[in-house]
Amino acid sequence: MPIVKYSSEFRDKTIAQELARAIDAEVSSQRAYRFVEFCGGHTHAISRYGLEDLLPANVRMIHGPGCPVCVLPASRIDMAIRLAERPEVILCVYGDLMRAPGSQGQSLLLAKALGAHIRMVYSTLDAIRLAEQTPGREVVFFAIGFETTTPPTAVMIRIAEHKRLEGLSVFCNHVLTPSAMHRILENPKIRNTGGVPIDGFIGPAHVSTIVGTQPYEPMAEQFEKPIVVAGFEPLDVLQAVLMLVRQVNQNRHEVENQYSRAVTREGNRRAKEEVSQVFELREQFEWRGLGLVPNSGLKLKQSYAKFDAETRFAIHDLRVADNPACECCAILRGAKRPIDCKLFGNICTPETPIGACMVSSEGACAAYWTYRRVRDEQARQTS
Amino acid sequence: MSVKAYQRKLDVENGRVELSHGAGGRAMAQLISGLFHQAFGNEWLAGSNDQSAFDVTAGRMVMTTDGYVISPLFFPGGNIGSLAVRGTINDIAMSGARPLYLSASFIIEEGFRFSDLKTIAESMGAAACAAGVYIIAGDTKVVERGKADGLFISMTGIGLVADGLDLSADKAKVGDRVLLSGSLGDHGVAIMSKRQNVAFQTEIVSDSAALHSLAAAMVAAGGGGIRVMRDPKRGGLAAALNEIALQSELGFHLQESMIPVKPAVAATCELLGLEPIHVANEGKLVAIVAPDSADAVLAAMKAHPLGSNAADIGEAEADDHKFVQMTTDFGGRRIVDWLWGEQLPRIC
Repeated sequence: MPIVKYSSEFRDKTIAQELARAIDAEVSSQRAYRFVEFCGGHTHAISRYGLEDLLPANVRMIHGPGCPVCVLPASRIDMAIRLAERPEVILCVYGDLMRAPGSQGQSLLLAKALGAHIRMVYSTLDAIRLAEQTPGREVVFFAIGFETTTPPTAVMIRIAEHKRLEGLSVFCNHVLTPSAMHRILENPKIRNTGGVPIDGFIGPAHVSTIVGTQPYEPMAEQFEKPIVVAGFEPLDVLQAVLMLVRQVNQNRHEVENQYSRAVTREGNRRAKEEVSQVFELREQFEWRGLGLVPNSGLKLKQSYAKFDAETRFAIHDLRVADNPACECCAILRGAKRPIDCKLFGNICTPETPIGACMVSSEGACAAYWTYRRVRDEQARQTS
Repeated sequence: MSVKAYQRKLDVENGRVELSHGAGGRAMAQLISGLFHQAFGNEWLAGSNDQSAFDVTAGRMVMTTDGYVISPLFFPGGNIGSLAVRGTINDIAMSGARPLYLSASFIIEEGFRFSDLKTIAESMGAAACAAGVYIIAGDTKVVERGKADGLFISMTGIGLVADGLDLSADKAKVGDRVLLSGSLGDHGVAIMSKRQNVAFQTEIVSDSAALHSLAAAMVAAGGGGIRVMRDPKRGGLAAALNEIALQSELGFHLQESMIPVKPAVAATCELLGLEPIHVANEGKLVAIVAPDSADAVLAAMKAHPLGSNAADIGEAEADDHKFVQMTTDFGGRRIVDWLWGEQLPRIC
């Protein structure tokens, strides 16, 4: 049996060209197709593999808000820095977050250089190990991410409870994908800013392995928009575009599953159970670019309150304004492209990010900057 | 009865470095003569002077200096000592020069094991000997526990450039070929595999190697046709080519399919979200070579054990943006930017 590597097979040039020809043959020249890819992973694949070169001119991809670092508002970074500055605290952070800008341009990286105890970790297990090795210290895990990263946090808390790790807690910033998609669709102001109506969604890959495709069904129905859940490899994205084009042409608005090698309708029941054991809905949570979105974030249940860093250290929600010139909000909503922002590539670059979209490699601006500057300069000159 | 210089032998097996070993007294003299001089063994050090004298011939000399702070100190394929010697030799060799002399300065944290120090010093001596260079000057400092992570080494090296050779990053020309001596990312992946919080099992070992003889073979084959040589360390091939592009005011266009990457390195990069072109190397070089010399230089590379996987991976092209671009395996064209952020601190 041939070994399937689950990577090179989905990057095959010949198949890509066949898919591109199929898309080309099926699009109607009479109309435009505007699809939002929700996830940063899709944005990254589109930029890295130059997929837009393979699509017809009237198919436009709009880069949605699906990067957990990018959607985290500056206020939460400010709160994390305050936490890390407490002498008893060691804050455990995923690497991407270190450079995310707070409200005054400060970052966790700078706070660390100035003496705050901040550790870069690769998984929740690192935080557990650290808590075991440093009794007497307060180890706080800066939990971020969509449904994919939530189950490991839930498991970490249950292990902490089981092992009686008194010093371990969580600064919870987990958010829910369907709520954000719903927000984009329901709010005409967001949906139509910049005159960009949406014709369909490429649904999340990894998130859907957990939640399944079922949660998208009410949205597809209510807003009459097709949603195709797709993997993060370039062929996945192209096939999903073809499936969306077909739905639009046939006037269908269904949830389809391109990523059937990993995603089911029901999702991962075990992971969902772990999450519901530990977490409950917040009434609202602030997203960069989308504002306060109801029922879009998670917090620890009352029974796990002692593991909740916000309760434990009595830190309060902050409200801070973003840089007024920064277009991250419009870019995250798909209303503007990175090159439409005055700061892009001038004072905002991956080395000196102003907006969150420039911070993570999955952010729309960072992906544009890293892979597509030439094309963008050409576009700027001709427009 | 003869007077012994030291009453007790250095306990290399179980002993530890103490502050007194850097204090200028007898203990320090014993450490230097008993451990470093033995490991580096040459007539200059035997003289125990504060400096070493050597004759110079007419011609151009090159000088380089580098600090080594790698963590962990021991890794698959080498240790901080052999890495320091080879790294410094490579910086000299990339000018086309023959490396001659090195100096080594050690900053040691108190409590460091003599046995580890001996292993490191001996591997430095062996690496220098294998390359025909001498470590002729050195210094030892000991700092309090917690003020240095075990051991830092700083090295300086000098070498002699052959007549008529003038390699420099600003000398690349449009149409030049880009020749790479072998697979990318081996060193970075080997180090990552041993890091406490990433640790994973891999058969990949560091490519740490002294490149002077490969460079010499290339110079012999290509002569003045070789415009630039670089050994892509931190920041990987991407950083090396972006630097040359800026200095020479042109762009590069690479073919991803031509760039050798070992499957295990590719898999690790996939897992950690890295690209091999950004990952560190310690035994590879990239040369920018005039088109009419490229075949001869590539053949010389392939004939050398350190260049058996050498490949022509692209060319220099006119580009006002001074971008490095790459045609991907997938058929699209993309920018290969500098690495941004910090992929992995203290990789060398």
